Amino acid sequence: MNRDIDKEIHNEAHGMTSIVKTVARFLMGIIFIFGAYIILYGHLTPGGGFAGGIILACGYILLTMSFGKEIGLRKLTDNWASILDNTGALLFLVIGLLGFTAGSFFLNFLGKGNIFDLFSAGTIPLNNIAIGIKVLASVFAVFIALSIFGRVVSDYVEDEEV
Amino acid sequence: MEIFLLILTLIMVIGSIIAIETRNLLSSVISVGVVGFCLSIVFLMLGAPDIAITQVVVEILILVILIRATITTDNTSIEKHKDTFAVVTSLIFFGLFLIFAFLAVQEIHQFGDPLMRVSQKYLADGAKETGATNIVTSVLLDYRAYDTIGEATVLFTSIVGAFVILRRRGRKQRKEKDVEKVGILDDEDIKKDFGGF
Repeated sequence: MNRDIDKEIHNEAHGMTSIVKTVARFLMGIIFIFGAYIILYGHLTPGGGFAGGIILACGYILLTMSFGKEIGLRKLTDNWASILDNTGALLFLVIGLLGFTAGSFFLNFLGKGNIFDLFSAGTIPLNNIAIGIKVLASVFAVFIALSIFGRVVSDYVEDEEV
Repeated sequence: MEIFLLILTLIMVIGSIIAIETRNLLSSVISVGVVGFCLSIVFLMLGAPDIAITQVVVEILILVILIRATITTDNTSIEKHKDTFAVVTSLIFFGLFLIFAFLAVQEIHQFGDPLMRVSQKYLADGAKETGATNIVTSVLLDYRAYDTIGEATVLFTSIVGAFVILRRRGRKQRKEKDVEKVGILDDEDIKKDFGGF
């Protein structure tokens, strides 16, 4: 991390106080690892693509709220959020269509593997990953749309009244 | 166990009533959060950790978004006057609902008694047929994946709707140098003085 970005992170004008920023920096990695674990082990333990995707999105929302929207939108812009949203949905649909190669729609055409293995259960982990990407991107996009878009609109209206 | 469930349900009922009746928007939002977290504990105690995880996570997200939405608005309290006609009508319909609910509850199965035989097959053969030890995931993404793609479509459509409605200007007009440029932020906007949250 070069010095300019470091200075910008510690800038008090953006985001919340440095207490929140320090705690958020500790928690961020743990939240992302937990979300990835929930997605990848969705076929073995409780959880799955939807819950894990929302946990990952909460990590991004924590980043955006504590460090300010400049840093948050630099990590995941809303253009990229909508691209990832489409990618996840299409990936899920493509996995479903690939089932036609073995017979029917959404057929579990890959090998089942050993039970309790990480790489098992055929297409279920792939579907989980696709849904995780989709939910991560779309929930973060909703947060951006509800907070930042509305904020900019209200700033504009206030300026106009003055 | 049963008593603890009843206490949690009572807390949820009280939280819902407070959420409706209070004048302050922030305390209303927090009461809704109390209801959601109690609901997740209820799910956990009834043996549904999948839904409990999802409920906790979604509740946190909704609380964050709603608290941000209520704090930024200036008008955080509601001045309302009670409409007697509305109160009387809702009381009548609530009484009707109670009568029919009482009739319906007498016909319902015992609590925890499986209604359909399909679920028995999932429980017996799910791990063998799909290879997934999490039966909920095997139902969602293997047996009933067609329903899941419908849910994904609903989510996708709602995101598209939110983006279309909340963004003021279209994507093509974004490049115009205009004061009221609102919507998708690009690098120039981020460098400008929007200030922090």
